[in-house]
Amino acid sequence: MKQDIVLKVNGKNFHVNVETQRTLVEVLRETLGFTGTKKACNEGECGACTVLMDGRPVASCLVLAVAAQGKEIVTIEGLSQGEKLHPVQEAFVKHAAIQCGFCTPGMVMAAAGYLAENPDPTTEEVRKAISGNLCRCTGYQQIVDAVMAAASAMKG
Amino acid sequence: MFIRRLPEFEYHTPATLPEAIDLMGRYGESSRLIAGGTDLLVAMKKREAACGHLISLANVEGLKGIFFNDKEGLRIGSGTTLSEIEKSDAVRKMYMPLWDAVSVMASAQVKNLATIGGNLASAVPSADTAPPLIALGASVRLKGRTGERTCKVEDFFLGPKACCCGKDEIVTDILVPAPEPLSAGCYLKLMRRQAMDLALVGVAVCLTLGKDKKLCAGARVALGAVAPTPIRVPEAEERILGKPIDESTAAEAARIAGSQCRPISDLRSSLEYRCSMVEVLTKRAVLQAGKRIEGV
Repeated sequence: MKQDIVLKVNGKNFHVNVETQRTLVEVLRETLGFTGTKKACNEGECGACTVLMDGRPVASCLVLAVAAQGKEIVTIEGLSQGEKLHPVQEAFVKHAAIQCGFCTPGMVMAAAGYLAENPDPTTEEVRKAISGNLCRCTGYQQIVDAVMAAASAMKG
Repeated sequence: MFIRRLPEFEYHTPATLPEAIDLMGRYGESSRLIAGGTDLLVAMKKREAACGHLISLANVEGLKGIFFNDKEGLRIGSGTTLSEIEKSDAVRKMYMPLWDAVSVMASAQVKNLATIGGNLASAVPSADTAPPLIALGASVRLKGRTGERTCKVEDFFLGPKACCCGKDEIVTDILVPAPEPLSAGCYLKLMRRQAMDLALVGVAVCLTLGKDKKLCAGARVALGAVAPTPIRVPEAEERILGKPIDESTAAEAARIAGSQCRPISDLRSSLEYRCSMVEVLTKRAVLQAGKRIEGV
């Protein structure tokens, strides 16, 4: 059954008409065109669909779109301020943390969400924070370096 | 083994417990409760679970929160997320086995959605919150059409994916007694990976030292993933009671625990390896609990 809902994504309200069985990742990608968020495993294991919901990283493939009403959703598209990259994005570029780029939106969202609450992590803590994100290309080291560098930069 | 898009269903968002119970009665067998959805939605995508009606507990009042007082102990609303439990000072300081468990479960992206009630009600033999709660002597509160009742977590599970929740009942709270002086515990989880894996073996131990600070006066040992349900091992507990918490006591209790578990061989691990690892982890857990008492 279709429902009219309002989703607040990247600071804007979107009025959409969706079926109850649509997940947030599907509506973000297919209805709203925010294709930065990826649908990979579709079972909450790989982290490619990670978005922030009320500031917290969640697997958007496990959230029903109708259940995301009333929440603030931030996708990778909403992280940068116009042309100005978020420190985590800057660090990823600088530290060669991006190869094919498919895991990157999810990694960046998981890291950004984590650093917002834990601004001074150890490398062990960073590894744990991104343990829900799989990367087949980099072997993770550059990603950990990038997140540590971003933390440093954000402490200013 | 295919993951597909979700099948069609109707979605209900009751605001109160009586409304939710009413919906359960109305839709009966064709309805399922959904909290975080991290288990149910995956099962539905794999077509392992089918239902025409999902009754969401997300907006039901009174199911969230972590409350502690010295007399009654800890009360966790069943709808509290695993992340909220991981961030709780009260849980980490006074109920560390439970904190140990949530800190090795899934990932942040899952724990920000998954609930403790859902972890228990899913009743999988490897549910990580179960052994710590059993070792802590916890109970669940269930509310249904005819009233409410409590059930010890060690009696809650009936078999793989089966718990004693009635057709009209909802788990509302997890209740853990106030911690005793000179007591501590831990939960150890063996996985094939460093994260994002089911437990091959889970061991929870809670120990209380006698007032003389020499001999163990209370012991609870619980195992996960090595039987059709999470189990308590009184035979191992008896080996620790009245003894000092040292290498030989730990080794003896571990040997008994390893002989009492009834695991299966599956794609993750063999029966023999699991029994062997129960022994290894139980010894470590007993000694770790002892160390934590000293630190307390």
